[in-house]
Amino acid sequence: MIPVLAAIAVLLLGAAAVAMARRNLIHSALWLVLAWGGVAAFYLWAGAEFLAFAQVLVYVGAVSMVVLFAVLLTRPRPGAGEAPAAAGPGRAIAGLAVGALVAAVIARAVLATPFSPAAEAAPALTTRRLGVELMGAHAGALLVAGVILTVALLGAVVLAAPESGPGRDDPA
Amino acid sequence: MSPLAICLLISCGLFGVGLAGALCRGNAILVLLGIELMLNAANLNFVAFWRFGPSPSTATGVVFVLFGIAVAAAEAAVGLALVIALYRHQRSVRLAEAVRLRG
Repeated sequence: MIPVLAAIAVLLLGAAAVAMARRNLIHSALWLVLAWGGVAAFYLWAGAEFLAFAQVLVYVGAVSMVVLFAVLLTRPRPGAGEAPAAAGPGRAIAGLAVGALVAAVIARAVLATPFSPAAEAAPALTTRRLGVELMGAHAGALLVAGVILTVALLGAVVLAAPESGPGRDDPA
Repeated sequence: MSPLAICLLISCGLFGVGLAGALCRGNAILVLLGIELMLNAANLNFVAFWRFGPSPSTATGVVFVLFGIAVAAAEAAVGLALVIALYRHQRSVRLAEAVRLRG
């Protein structure tokens, strides 16, 4: 059980780190697909099959496609040449230091906390039971989530739509 | 070390990677992806506490992660639409060049 978890952790963290370090945006997006697949594998390992499939559908399937579309739609102009390098290595070093510091503080807190012993058996949660919970006790939250998704998609369309009108011409 | 602590350490590492990526990179899309990684780390925590917590009889953790995934998907859609709008205004998605509020 623990070796499988270790393999999943290596896959997950390695893919995420490589994705954040690559210069090529498309490579980053593809490595992130692998990292999200690792998260889905973790859900499977933990016994939450429905979540694993939701993760594959939403992240590996949909969000990655949206990200790839955004990357391809926002290519730098061919005439602009290579983008100038970021503001020196100072910013990267500062970002890495902050990330490592936050991770170290959280890890220390986790290691210092005495957790009550885990239940041996995995909680038996069938998809049927999950559906009953969602439509019963959490029906209001489900409706609100639907409204949020609808409003977010409408907002995304409005934001990304080209602004037409007499007063605007293409800034390019 | 208990399995719960190992899961929390994995999630902590993923959060650190996402935070470092969001802070280091100058590209708006990669900053957004770093934030997505941090959201995924939070979801890992919910699943870990649902699986290894002291009272694993309820479905609360799974339901919480489902709503988290829904909200993260909405956030990704709006964020990438903002990136495209930014690109239309200044022909670049580098955050260092996004210094004007007026288009």
